[in-house]
Amino acid sequence: MTARDRIARWSFWAMLRKEFIQMRRDRLTLALLIGVPTIQLILFGYAIQTEVRHLPTVVLDESRSPESRRLVQAMLNTGNFDLSRMVRDREEMASVIARGQARAGIVIPPDFERDLKRGRPATAQIVVDAADPLAASSAISGAGLAGAVRSQELAAARGVAAAINVRVRPWYNPAMRSAVYIVPGIIGVLLSMTMIIIASIAIVRERERGTLEQLIVTPIGKTSLMLGKIIPFMLVGYVQVTVILLLGRLLFDVPVTGNLSTLYLAAFPFIVASLAIGLFVSTLVTTQAQAMQLGFLFMLPNILLSGFMFPREAMPALAQWIGAALPLTYFLRVLRGILLRGTGLADLWPEMAVLAGFSILLIGLSVRRFHKTVE
Amino acid sequence: MSGPTPDSLGIVTHGLRKTFGAMVAVEGLDLEVARGEIFGLLGPNGSGKTTTIRMLTGLLEPTAGSALVVGVDVVKTPELVRRRIGYMSQRYGLYDDLTVQENLEFYAGMYGLVGDERRRRVATQFAEYGLGSRAGQLAGTLSGGWKQRLALASATTHAPELVFLDEPTAGVDPAARRHFWTMIHRRAKAGMTVLVTTHYMDEAEQCDRLAFLSRGHLIGVGTPKEITARFGLPTVEDVFIELQRRDEGEAA
Repeated sequence: MTARDRIARWSFWAMLRKEFIQMRRDRLTLALLIGVPTIQLILFGYAIQTEVRHLPTVVLDESRSPESRRLVQAMLNTGNFDLSRMVRDREEMASVIARGQARAGIVIPPDFERDLKRGRPATAQIVVDAADPLAASSAISGAGLAGAVRSQELAAARGVAAAINVRVRPWYNPAMRSAVYIVPGIIGVLLSMTMIIIASIAIVRERERGTLEQLIVTPIGKTSLMLGKIIPFMLVGYVQVTVILLLGRLLFDVPVTGNLSTLYLAAFPFIVASLAIGLFVSTLVTTQAQAMQLGFLFMLPNILLSGFMFPREAMPALAQWIGAALPLTYFLRVLRGILLRGTGLADLWPEMAVLAGFSILLIGLSVRRFHKTVE
Repeated sequence: MSGPTPDSLGIVTHGLRKTFGAMVAVEGLDLEVARGEIFGLLGPNGSGKTTTIRMLTGLLEPTAGSALVVGVDVVKTPELVRRRIGYMSQRYGLYDDLTVQENLEFYAGMYGLVGDERRRRVATQFAEYGLGSRAGQLAGTLSGGWKQRLALASATTHAPELVFLDEPTAGVDPAARRHFWTMIHRRAKAGMTVLVTTHYMDEAEQCDRLAFLSRGHLIGVGTPKEITARFGLPTVEDVFIELQRRDEGEAA
């Protein structure tokens, strides 16, 4: 084996070993890597839950009867609706919701109590601003619950079945998405954020500490140097996935419909792609502060345009194009597919191929951009 | 043509030049360093010493000129040079969060040393530099003198033919400096070429030959005796101060 082969082979392992030792010894970083996502998941998760409760709601009570008041009260009691005010007619209700002053409307028709008294099923209607799918699903479940509760009470008191129907009219976004939709996305958002940030500061930190100069006068190859630096972080990524999954299950009851090992396998190209973004960032900056700022720059499009919070189909073309350039967009499909619909690898390979493509492209670009000089 | 062939020389440069924008850091440097020689590069701050070393290690690309290091063109093939040289940068290049042993093993590994050979070489360095008792200590907790000792050991585990030392003893106490130079002499005797920059004139007197840089120009090369004789001054320190005075006179 020539000196060149020996160096190429073993310098990579030396690099890898050093990074693992440093990572293990850096308790603060490790705590931050696992602790911060945990805190964010809890805050994020509960914020989403509180947000969909207490929807500002207007009430149009055309029945003006004791029964209608009881149903409205039952709905408010679910905690999903907060009464903003009573409205006089449907036009007023529509304009209040259109202006965003209320996000739901409860409509009790004039013949509500009369129908109940005659033993006929009475109908109430919930109008909901479904532009926010979470709000909509919260309204549906709250209304359904209240309707069922009142029905049961009436049934017990009078011996009639299925007394009240609650009909939901989702406005603005009739194809509603469910609440669990957003929680798996948190795995992707947090994972991409931490991977990008830690990879982006990895090389810059050596520059700031003055060890990079010593490192680049050694004969290690550029690719070995860069891969040796980021590979240990893959482990961190998997620890994070596990922490978030466990917490998601414990705190928010996120279902795991599909196969867990499929999920871990599918996470691989995404973790690499996110690290590759960080690596690329590190070739553009000279200080850790700059690296952090540039890393955070990815946060906003990741949250807004990847389909994490808002459906991509409803976005203007430009936003869709930007979204298509984000690895998170593809990983969200993978995550939701596996966690919510139980999709297998056979259906997810196009997304995974795109993520692998991102990884190769970005690592290649980073290696090209990185020079073993101090200029 | 007579004289040494490039391969018998540790370093040969011709018209080596480096500019940063309008600022000329090194101008037309012609330098020859023999193998096994301890060669001192002297000059006030900003005279181009570090820039020269960085060009000779491939860390900076020269604006013009050529440089052969251990007989290899460092501008065209820096990696071929790098595996055969050692380097101690002015900025302390060790990992504070690695132990003495881990630092040594890491740098050995970067030069492709592995397994028994690495163990043997690292053990030799421990013995030679008296680091054995500190093996498990984190480098960050070492005192200045021990850090420099470890840095020199890390830069030479792979038995380089030539080592660049950029102000290796800055801020180190006299006892540690003396020990450091004992190690350098031992290595040089074993055939290693040393190019060192320093601000300590007692260290300069220990070099086989010296080169004075002033504002990027080479203004004198020779043994310490030749240098003092040429300037008609009693010590190298007097020469240094005289040159710095002229420098400042020109700048004013």
